Amino acid sequence: MGRYLIRRSLFMILVLFVVSLITFIIFVKLPASDPARRAVGRATSPENVEAARIAFGLDKPLYIQYGRFAKGLIPWPGLFLDEDVYYSYANFVPVKEEIFGRLPVTLALAVGAAVCWLMVGIPIGIISAVRRRSIWDRGSMVFALIGVSAPVFWLAYLFLYIFWFRLGWAPPSGIPIGMSVLEAVLTGRFILPWAVLSLTFAAFYARMVRGNLIETMGEDYIRTARAKGLSEKRVIYKHGLRAALTPVVTMFGLDLAGLLGGAFITETVFNLPGIGQYAVNAIFNNDFPSVMGVTIFGAFFIALANLLVDVAYAFLDPRVRYT
Amino acid sequence: MPEPLLEVKDLSVHFPTDDGLVKAVDGISFSVQPGETLGVVGESGSGKSVSFLTVMGLITRKQAQIEGEIIFQGQDLLMLPSDEMRTVQGAKLSMIFQDPMTSLHPYYKVGVQIGEAIRVHQKVSKQEAREQAIEMLRRVGIPRPDERADQYPHEFSGGMRQRAMIAMALSLNPDLLIADEPTTALDVTVQAQILDLIDRLREEFNAAVVIITHDLGVVAEHCDHIQVMYAGKIVEAGDRRDIYYNSHHPYTWGLLSSIPRMDETGDKERLVPIRGLPPSLIFPPPGCAFHPRCPHAFDKCSTDIPDLLPSDGHHASRCHLTLADKERIFKEEVLVRS
Repeated sequence: MGRYLIRRSLFMILVLFVVSLITFIIFVKLPASDPARRAVGRATSPENVEAARIAFGLDKPLYIQYGRFAKGLIPWPGLFLDEDVYYSYANFVPVKEEIFGRLPVTLALAVGAAVCWLMVGIPIGIISAVRRRSIWDRGSMVFALIGVSAPVFWLAYLFLYIFWFRLGWAPPSGIPIGMSVLEAVLTGRFILPWAVLSLTFAAFYARMVRGNLIETMGEDYIRTARAKGLSEKRVIYKHGLRAALTPVVTMFGLDLAGLLGGAFITETVFNLPGIGQYAVNAIFNNDFPSVMGVTIFGAFFIALANLLVDVAYAFLDPRVRYT
Repeated sequence: MPEPLLEVKDLSVHFPTDDGLVKAVDGISFSVQPGETLGVVGESGSGKSVSFLTVMGLITRKQAQIEGEIIFQGQDLLMLPSDEMRTVQGAKLSMIFQDPMTSLHPYYKVGVQIGEAIRVHQKVSKQEAREQAIEMLRRVGIPRPDERADQYPHEFSGGMRQRAMIAMALSLNPDLLIADEPTTALDVTVQAQILDLIDRLREEFNAAVVIITHDLGVVAEHCDHIQVMYAGKIVEAGDRRDIYYNSHHPYTWGLLSSIPRMDETGDKERLVPIRGLPPSLIFPPPGCAFHPRCPHAFDKCSTDIPDLLPSDGHHASRCHLTLADKERIFKEEVLVRS
């Protein structure tokens, strides 16, 4: 296991390196506009533009430019997202400050939604599989179809309209200035975003759990469990679910990690200052240090989740052993 | 004759499907005496597994149309509510299956799985159940059972897994053990070991055993009685000698002729297969279901369904041929081969 972890960690570093390189190449090869020119404004002199170019380090050879950014990606105090390199070309705010300031919002959104979709999706999937072809199953699968098909932006506005504007059951969107993320969570400002974000996932998970459980319940070892005289409940929950939920763990790890890189649409509609919002703004502004920062940030979570999921598998499935 | 342990009366198991009603088991009756070994022989789709999965309560009225009676120790299992049926399953009536690779749960330790069977039926502590499980593993011939109990099924070989299945099935000292093709998925060298083990344990535990197989060779040494099934019906039933030395049904003859023999001298004769394919169970052939494949069929076979008629004591067969013809053909064509 130790060797395996070391190998996987090295591989993860390689992946992140490649991601950063590709991000850099895209920035160099597809310049939307000259960052130095944009930074100094309209009424300016060529000398000022040149000065900005030097300040940004854009006058240096490409490999030095990349090297400066790459150094800032080393997770080491003093190096990581170094404020001398990683600051916004648009407003000069350090990327580190932005990302870590926004992380609690994204974290609250993603983790809350994840809890919701697991609590809704898994039970629905189980009921559908156990009461297959019943009215419950049909109803659940209609729900799943709607959930999977409904676009998040539409659903978000629909929910806001119904539950906040018309019914007044939920507080409005956004986090007012001066309110901490914790306060926002406690005053229910995340309820609608959680509901919207988790619905798609819940629908997807319900279908996955249903499919897995139906398949598992046809296995020979389920017949053996029944032949032992176990109650149907025990057969389903101890023998069936144990095998059916293992693949769900894989999906869950990757889905949650993906959301930690930012849920742009949900964050935008509900006006939550999260990482997704920041990433998209950075891309629109051709703000390279910010783009690089959030890209690596998101890639890191996904690579880490992959690793954790694979390690978790070794504990969940005794047949899986890593060497 | 003592009261039978298991008496099945006119059992039918029909599965409704989109294509029609599959008559997997179509009116079979038989009994099992305490302590005896019954061999049930037939090819895939003959209904041999389905009939015993129904006895075991693993095929229920939820999946199939079931008619008839299954009297086990004086009570009709088909009339038992499911919670009462569960007190019989695994305790008085237990079963092992064809493929030991897939019949054990891959995520639980072998000892835990056997212990679970014990704990469902007896109020014992986890520790106690574990000790009983280890003792069972020892009795089925698994070396170092205390270490093996903490291993997962994938760490066992095929033969060892089947031994573990047998340990699980016998852990509550059942009165009837149903072995559904217990050796089909195993290496030939292991097959004999498993059958000998079942034999030995039958005596030790004083249980009756049903061995379901497609291979007449397998049941030869191990069964007191044999019944041959074809297309959901019993076509011949008798004791071991009746079936091997005086068989009365062309299908049984076909099975006997297809057993490879190793001791024949200087004989390069090929095995004789049974021509054709098993019949449709939705639209079985008219008359005798075997007649399209039967080399001895005559007019009556395609119109009238033969009855299962006893020729003596309990040797019975379902065939229109006269007894004299049966004995003549068997002597001339089958016995010389096998």
